[in-house]
Amino acid sequence: MHVKTASPTGNFFRIGVSLILVFWFISTTGLAKASSGAAPGEQLFSDNCAVCHGNGGKGGVGVPLALPDFINNVDDDYLRISIKKGRPGRVMPSFPSMDETQISAIVRYMRSWMGKPAPHFSRTTISADARKGKQLYQQRCATCHGANGEGGKGTGVTFSRPRDLPILAPALNNPGFLAAASDEMIRHTLVKGRKGTPMASFLKQGLSHDDINNVVAYVRSFDKQNKNTTHDKLASEPPFLVRESGYSVEQTVKNLKDAVLSANMRLIRTQYLEQGLTPPGDENKKQVIVYSCGFNFLNEALKVDPRVGLFLPCRVTVVEHKGKVLVMSVNPKRLSVVFNNTELERLCDQMHRTYVDILEEATL
Amino acid sequence: MKFLATSLILVLLLPLTVFATDAVGIDPAQELLMVRVNNTFPDTMSALQNAVVKQGYQLIRVQRVDVGLTKSGYKTAEYRIVFFGKKKEIRNLSKKHPTLIPFLPLKIVIYAEGDETILLATNPAKLRSFYPDKSLASYFTRWERDFRAIMRRTKS
Repeated sequence: MHVKTASPTGNFFRIGVSLILVFWFISTTGLAKASSGAAPGEQLFSDNCAVCHGNGGKGGVGVPLALPDFINNVDDDYLRISIKKGRPGRVMPSFPSMDETQISAIVRYMRSWMGKPAPHFSRTTISADARKGKQLYQQRCATCHGANGEGGKGTGVTFSRPRDLPILAPALNNPGFLAAASDEMIRHTLVKGRKGTPMASFLKQGLSHDDINNVVAYVRSFDKQNKNTTHDKLASEPPFLVRESGYSVEQTVKNLKDAVLSANMRLIRTQYLEQGLTPPGDENKKQVIVYSCGFNFLNEALKVDPRVGLFLPCRVTVVEHKGKVLVMSVNPKRLSVVFNNTELERLCDQMHRTYVDILEEATL
Repeated sequence: MKFLATSLILVLLLPLTVFATDAVGIDPAQELLMVRVNNTFPDTMSALQNAVVKQGYQLIRVQRVDVGLTKSGYKTAEYRIVFFGKKKEIRNLSKKHPTLIPFLPLKIVIYAEGDETILLATNPAKLRSFYPDKSLASYFTRWERDFRAIMRRTKS
C-alpha cells in the first residue's frame, strides 16, 4: 500500500496560500468594512454623528456638542462611553460595533474644536449622604432635570421648528449617562456650572462642598432605579395591525373613511396602492389606501421628535386577499422602538389606540 | 489541488457568515438611515428625486407635510415625503405578502434644517425582523443597499 505523506513545509505553504486567498477576498469585496480605524475622526463624525449633532457639533436633532463649557469640562471617558452605550430612550443610539480606535478618533476630533487638552476625572466613587442630597436635588435640580432625574422635556434641538433653549437638561437617571459620567465629573459640573446654560455654579449659590457631594451621591443612586423594560415589551409587538372585514372592499373603504372622521382626523386622499406606478385604470382596485392626518397631533409629535415623519401620513390599507377583506396599518408601538425616544413612545401608544379604534369601527 | 479547493470553499462560505450575522439583528445606530446634506432643501429634493430614478425606481408622489401643517396654522420648515417603487415588485409582493402592504411603497423623509437638509428612512433591513419569511430577505437586503446608494448620491 502506498501512503502519501505531506511534508510540514508543504502544509504550511498550503495553509498560507489559503489564508492569503481568504484575506484577498475579504479586502476586495468590501467585507472588511468594520475593520476601519484608518478613517479620520472628522470623517467618522460626519458619517455617524453629524446627522443629529450637526456638522462641527453645532446641534440638530441631537444636542450641540461644540459648546466650550461642555467639551472642556467632560473627560474622554465620558465621550467614549457615551458613544458606545448611547442614551437609552433619549434618541442617542448606542454604537456597539464601533471599535475603540474609531471611537478614540471621534473623541480626538471633538477635542480639536476647542484646542484644549481633555480634563481628567478620577472614577472613584464619592461617599456621601444621598438622603441629604435628595432634599437639595429636589430644591435645586428637579425643576430642570426632573423629579427623578428624567431630564428636560424634548429630546434634542432642531432648527426646523422653534425651541426655547439651545440645549436640554440631561436625563441624569439615564443608564448611558450614569455609565459615562464619573462622580468627580458630576461634582465638577455642580461646582463650576455650565456657562451659556441655566446650570449655575452651586458653590456660588452658597452650597458647601459637602452639600455638593451629597447631591452627587443622590444622582449616583439613580443607578438603582433603572429597570427599563418598556423597550423589550414594545419589541415584541407585531409590526402591523390587521382586522378582517365582513364587507366588500368598497363598503369597507366607505366605513373606513367614516371611522377616520370619527377619530377627528382629516382625510387627505384615497388611492390604489399601484396608483402612480401604472397607467390610470390599470391599478389593482382591490388594494386601496386611505391617507389621513390629525395635524394637531402631528405638530405635537414633530416637536417631540422631527423624525416622526417616518409614520406619515397616517394610512390604513384595505386589501382583498384570497376572498378575505383585510384592513391594515403599521403598528406605531412596534416602530417607535427604532427612534430610541421614550417621549415618543407615549404618542405612539396614543396613535396605536387611534388605529385600533379606526380598524375596529371600519370592520364592525 | 486539494488546498485550492479548500480555499475556494472557504471563500464561498464567507458571505454566508456575514448574512448570518445580519439575520440576528442590526446595530441600533443603523435602524434608521439618516444623512445630513450640506445643501438647501430645494436642491436636495431635486437631487433626491434624481437619485431615486437613477437607482431604477419610479417616483410615485411627494407628500407635502409642511403645506398641510402651515394651512392648519402651524409653523414649520420644509418637510416632505418621497414615495417610490417598482411596479412589478410592488404588484408581486403585495399579492404574495399582503401584510407587507403597510410598508409599501418605499419612502424617504426629507426635511430642512436651516441651510442644510436631512434625509431619513427606516432601514429596510429592519423589516427582516418583522417578516422572517426567507423569500423576502433578498428584497430587504437590496432595498437597504439601494437606500444607502440613493442617500449617498443625494449627498454627493
